[in-house]
Amino acid sequence: MGGATGAPTFTGMSDPSLQSARAGLTARRLRAFDTIVLVLVLLALWHVVSKGTHGVAISPPLQTLIYLFSLLQTSGFWDHAVTTLEAFALAFALSALLGLGLGLFLGGRRFAGEVIEPILAGFYTIPKVTLYPVVLLLFGLGMSAKVFFGVIHGLVPMTLFTLGAVRNLPPVLVRTARALRLSPQRTIRWVLVPACLPDIINGLRISFSLSFLGVLIGEMFSSQRGLGFLLVNGMAQNNVPLSTAVVTVIVVIAIAANTLMLRVGRRFARRGDAAGG
Amino acid sequence: MKRRQAALVVRIAVLAALVILLEISCRTGTIDPLTVIPPSDMVAAMIHEIGSGELNASIKATFSTILLAFVLAIGLGVATGALIHRLPRLCDVADPLLASYYSVPTFIFYPLLVALLGLGKAPLVVLGVLSATPAVMIGTLSGLDGVAPVLMKLARVHRLTPARTFCWIVLPAALPHPFTGFKLALSYALIGVIAGEFILSGTGLGYAISFAYQSFDNPTMYGVMLFVLLVAVIANGVLYVWEGRLARRRSRG
Repeated sequence: MGGATGAPTFTGMSDPSLQSARAGLTARRLRAFDTIVLVLVLLALWHVVSKGTHGVAISPPLQTLIYLFSLLQTSGFWDHAVTTLEAFALAFALSALLGLGLGLFLGGRRFAGEVIEPILAGFYTIPKVTLYPVVLLLFGLGMSAKVFFGVIHGLVPMTLFTLGAVRNLPPVLVRTARALRLSPQRTIRWVLVPACLPDIINGLRISFSLSFLGVLIGEMFSSQRGLGFLLVNGMAQNNVPLSTAVVTVIVVIAIAANTLMLRVGRRFARRGDAAGG
Repeated sequence: MKRRQAALVVRIAVLAALVILLEISCRTGTIDPLTVIPPSDMVAAMIHEIGSGELNASIKATFSTILLAFVLAIGLGVATGALIHRLPRLCDVADPLLASYYSVPTFIFYPLLVALLGLGKAPLVVLGVLSATPAVMIGTLSGLDGVAPVLMKLARVHRLTPARTFCWIVLPAALPHPFTGFKLALSYALIGVIAGEFILSGTGLGYAISFAYQSFDNPTMYGVMLFVLLVAVIANGVLYVWEGRLARRRSRG
């Protein structure tokens, strides 16, 4: 079905390297074209929805963009943005470092990993929003509650990905390191980290979006500052362009960060394959 | 096998120890009872809340919304996934979109949905569908990708009709992947609906928790919270076990 039909057209030519380079270029151009079409279709859809509902819920793309530009020149907006960014940066850094440490630790100790992993996986799937009141009771309103809530969301995927990477390490790599009598530091530097890097970057990617989500939920539920607050506030004041602009900013940040990390992850994964094969 | 059982026993022991630790530190006052109430009181509060029948309307509202969103997401996700899979070019375009989808916190659209659809069940259902459908789509796509070409050739050799090809070849070969999608879809629908109720709504369990928090009614808050978390854990656990069985049956067959 599907994928099988496209493949044979590029193979069986006289000069494979040139041919594949040219085919790659055309495919890339085609993909770029498709992506542009996709973006245009999404913008058109956005426009139609906002016009169809007479702008009660979302403002049209062009109007939102103009509003956003004027918003970006106000200091009030930057106050909110910086608050969110600060909370998020802290939450993400904590999740990444703690998750990495925990994952490496649990990955190295098989039994401990087996005991803890299902608990973490179970925690991953529960609706953690319901726990936010407890976080608020523990930390009070403000920055630390938001950060903690972001860490709750971001820590688990980072740990699980790192743990999985260390556990699924091909035994031959560890054996090679032992055969070459590498010191533990060198084993980590030259064997463990390069082998686990693609998974670690994937973990970072998921952890990034989830800690962002955690911080935003915190701001939306009960906060006086930040982008989440601005969004809810825009809706409460019936300021449709404001809430649409904030949503746009959040979506763009999330997608840009995710795409960047996907790319980096893929590059490392390819390099790992090339080195291994 | 023995090792797995040992891990299970230790896991239960660890969890039990954590609960007992919490109980002791609450009882001795290390943790302020205004912040966290002892676990035994949480259970008592939960039983009281459920038994009193005051929550019946909320329970019904929340779970019917989740169920509706879940069913809609499965229908939509499987249909669009199958459709996209037939069109390779569309598949290439949709791929980065699906890969980035879950990086966007879906419920930031919730205020817009409330403005659009009012404060009823509708925005919650839409939010649930929005967060659950892509998981089903991804599962469907990878399931269909995983059907070995030789199986499709076999179907052609036997001149099976499309319906029979689907029932006898595609479905059994592809099922574990969509099932993972369904499992994720359930937890996403659950999270989406309860998060929506929690942030902005007038009904449901999420609202009950948020209302109890705002009126400093700790026992009710912890009781309802425990109930929601228990239901979520049980639902996910059942699907997890079922998925494992499905995968094992496949690897055996």
